[in-house]
Amino acid sequence: MSKSAATRPRPLSPHLFIYKPIPTMVMSIVHRITGASLYFGILLVAAWLLAAATSEAWFNTVSAIYGSWLGLLVLFGFTWSLVHHMLGGVRHFVMDLGLGLDKHFSTKVAALMPVVSIALTVLLWVVGFMARGA
Amino acid sequence: MVELTLPKNSRVNEGKVWPKPEGATNLREYRIYRWSPDDDENPRVDTYHVDMDDCGPMVLDALLWIKNKVDPTLTLRRSCREGICGSCAMNIDGTNTLACTKGCDEIDGAVKVYPLPHMPVVKDLVPDLTVPYAQLSSIQPWLQTVSPEPAKEWKQSHEDRAKLDGLYECILCFCCQTSCPSYWWNGERYLGPAVLLQAYRWLIDSRDEATGDRLDNLEDPFRLYRCHTIMNCTQACPKGLNPAKAIAEIKKMMVERRV
Repeated sequence: MSKSAATRPRPLSPHLFIYKPIPTMVMSIVHRITGASLYFGILLVAAWLLAAATSEAWFNTVSAIYGSWLGLLVLFGFTWSLVHHMLGGVRHFVMDLGLGLDKHFSTKVAALMPVVSIALTVLLWVVGFMARGA
Repeated sequence: MVELTLPKNSRVNEGKVWPKPEGATNLREYRIYRWSPDDDENPRVDTYHVDMDDCGPMVLDALLWIKNKVDPTLTLRRSCREGICGSCAMNIDGTNTLACTKGCDEIDGAVKVYPLPHMPVVKDLVPDLTVPYAQLSSIQPWLQTVSPEPAKEWKQSHEDRAKLDGLYECILCFCCQTSCPSYWWNGERYLGPAVLLQAYRWLIDSRDEATGDRLDNLEDPFRLYRCHTIMNCTQACPKGLNPAKAIAEIKKMMVERRV
């Protein structure tokens, strides 16, 4: 027998997974994820500095891990998180001034975010490798 | 709190596929959220096929076509059918909007229809809006004055009246309110975009004299500052209003009154 409407709890309507992933919402989520991943990236930097302060052998070990393909990939991701989160921070700062909140303009800016952040990250790495090679 | 998955009683199952209308050539698929308090079933998504040659152009027309010709138990709110009452607010094609002003031809593929997101469901496409209404009343959305009442009306210059444009048009459909992820996770404490737009509508009304009290009421880590400019509100508003901008202006007023 079914319970009466008064006692049967109402279901919660679907939300995140039925909502269309529009650029502004996706960039807000990515801003959170990159922000959280920065904690992890800072741990990597701290480990590197700690190794440098401990001994040459430790430093060489950590440098070798960071210099491997996987290490470079993680560091590239860390750089991208840093750049993306910084750009997102600037974007949010401007929006907090009440600017750039127009419906279509804000969508365009949000859609540009990954393009600009990836381009800047690649540029940083190219400059980094060139500086090291020189 | 952020809870990405739905509670057990709210998980959506695949529902039934209703028979296609006979002899129709211009069929459109509709996938519609269903839940009834009268049985013990979980929510489900039913599939209907609408004969678009026999039906008006808007999503509301299609929903009423289904209700009239296929399944009279389909439950939804509607009244004005011209975008001014706000009753038929629902999630269509992944975005909150009014069924009566959303054209079926604006949507690719099957038309997916859900109730407004992250709300208790009364039945099918009817959400329980008790909490947003209570939040609206908490900001006291009416003119408040201490000056002696004028003999005739409270006067306002053309410039001051113009400040209400883009705010007074709000029909309180709560499309923006329920599009906001921040409101999903903190809906009991964060006032949400629709209510904050209303708050701003009274804050910048030159005739209102309770600005300080109104700001005091909003000065709270949750009521106002859970807005993280995700912008879903502005993207969703079927009237083309900008709640995110209104909230940013309230935040600016908070800063300005301190300096």
